[in-house]
Amino acid sequence: MNTFVLVLKELRERKSQLVTSFMAIVLGITVIVAVRTITHFSEKGVAQELDNLGANVLILPKGATVNNYYAADFGEYVMPESYVDAITTSQLQGVDNLSPKLTEPITLRGKRAYLTGILPKDEFKAKPAWQTAGGIFSRPEGCGTVAPSSLSRLLGGTAQGGAGNPATRNEVVNTLGDSEVLVGGEVAQRLGLKVGSRLSVKGKAFTVKSVLPETGTVDDTRVFAHLHTVQRLFGRGRVVNAIEMIGCCKQISQGLIDGLNRLLPEAKVVTIKQIAQTQLNTNTMMERFSVIFLVIILLVGGVSIANYMFANVYERRREIGTFLALGATRGRISIIFMVKSVLLGLTGGAVGYVLGTLLATVLGPRLAQVPVLPLPALLGWAILIAVGVSVIASALPVSRAAQLDPAEILREG
Amino acid sequence: MLRTEDLSKRYVRRGHEIVALDSVSVSVAKGEFVSIVGPSGSGKSTLLLALGGLIHPSQGRVYLDDQSLYDLSREERAALRRTTIGFVFQTFNLVPYLTALENVQVPLYLNRLSPVKQRERAADLLSKVGLGERLGHKPSELSVGEQQRVALARTLANTPRVILADEPTGNLDPALADEMLDHLSDLHADGATVVMVTHDPRMAARAKRQIRLAEGRIVTTESGASVGA
Repeated sequence: MNTFVLVLKELRERKSQLVTSFMAIVLGITVIVAVRTITHFSEKGVAQELDNLGANVLILPKGATVNNYYAADFGEYVMPESYVDAITTSQLQGVDNLSPKLTEPITLRGKRAYLTGILPKDEFKAKPAWQTAGGIFSRPEGCGTVAPSSLSRLLGGTAQGGAGNPATRNEVVNTLGDSEVLVGGEVAQRLGLKVGSRLSVKGKAFTVKSVLPETGTVDDTRVFAHLHTVQRLFGRGRVVNAIEMIGCCKQISQGLIDGLNRLLPEAKVVTIKQIAQTQLNTNTMMERFSVIFLVIILLVGGVSIANYMFANVYERRREIGTFLALGATRGRISIIFMVKSVLLGLTGGAVGYVLGTLLATVLGPRLAQVPVLPLPALLGWAILIAVGVSVIASALPVSRAAQLDPAEILREG
Repeated sequence: MLRTEDLSKRYVRRGHEIVALDSVSVSVAKGEFVSIVGPSGSGKSTLLLALGGLIHPSQGRVYLDDQSLYDLSREERAALRRTTIGFVFQTFNLVPYLTALENVQVPLYLNRLSPVKQRERAADLLSKVGLGERLGHKPSELSVGEQQRVALARTLANTPRVILADEPTGNLDPALADEMLDHLSDLHADGATVVMVTHDPRMAARAKRQIRLAEGRIVTTESGASVGA
């Protein structure tokens, strides 16, 4: 027998009493790990967006928010499609790529999805006014550094934007027929759709022109059709609820946004930095949450463990007295209880890390629209925090155990 | 071998001083079998625990082999309990979540023996007390007599030279009490010094000398050994 075996046997014997404090520490660590993991990948995603895009522009109806845009849920917020004409025929410099969209929720075989109307590139080319506006699809030298996205590669087009971020929605597809759709990866998988498959939306038959690769964003649940087809299907008239735009970085800082605000006073113009700021604010909030949870685990977990250890020491008074009579030193008694405390922290930290990581990988893509992977470095922190809390909380009860008077206990009979 | 000089122990409980031992001087020779008798509250158990280095006296000294116990540090006294002194308790004080084998291993573990040697020694001792087939049983799975024998095996684990037994037959029926006394007599015959606290005059009579306490003082002894109070 050694101290570890002795502690394990005692734990096994009284495991029901341990459940509450163990759960307190596991839950605390789970939440901290989940929040930290999601925040980490969210921050990484934002940083990547900023790195890749430098700047971007989103034009929304006045009452709509960036959250409406991210959630693809605009409700009744719409603005005239003519805003596109207004931009393309204006003298504004630095407009590099335009993508007006109208998104409507639909139900496909009982599951919620989104039908998003987009304007293919050939529509722009068909309008002489847009051609003469200059430079819409001819990116100025040094403006934007993004590699062609999966969507543009798939379609063989020249659209710009990185996959998995708001720029993905900035794609401009070369051609898209009235009865053609592009389907997001999740929708295709769920409905078993392939190129050439038939799909019916609101009674209209469509042919799948292409299946888009999964991006881990709301785009995976979208079906893309021609903007005017969507407008007709939903009886919306010539309206859109977002215009995505890649603006040339230099011009954005040199008055493009002000120009757009003056040009479209009834719309809301948001730059990617502002969009990113929203995400950064969310990250900061999550960061604060993790601090709050850290405090909660310190308090709730610590108090719970201290309470358990006090009860455990009291319950084992006779055993402690016997050990002291058999020649145990007070240091040995302390070690026996501290090993138990460390074991509690180690297990709680490890289990909390696993659960927190699982939670993050499941919830992360939904909450932060980024793919989330396990962060092994957090395991060390999780264990360190859990063991630290457990040891500190146990210090007083363990000290009490070591100071028990064996004679008094043994005389109790 | 064991000696007290002017040993007193006083407690304060709720503002009142209680005198558990009052200037007790007693000596127990090496290899002697002594019983301490007296009514409840006479200080018998306090004296026994003081002899075992577990109660710091208010006054006086306790000597083991001419070494003043309470001049030693706590750790040194603990070391003496591991190697030289063995306690027998009235209620056995077995650890409920450990098997018979593991209970006997406890003093060996405290004495830092390797787990393999612990198991060998514990199994050997349990076989000697007739429990070779019950090594894996927990105390709750053993009869009172078997628990008593496990406790005895645990006491003997580190081959103590001094056995301090506090009412060792208090929880036993007459047959088991006699069996316990037989074990203590055997240990005495093998050279161990045995000091036994008991209420039972029949058991006390099995010792070679009786020391009677009343109100913390030695009132009589029933042998020719040197006694002072």
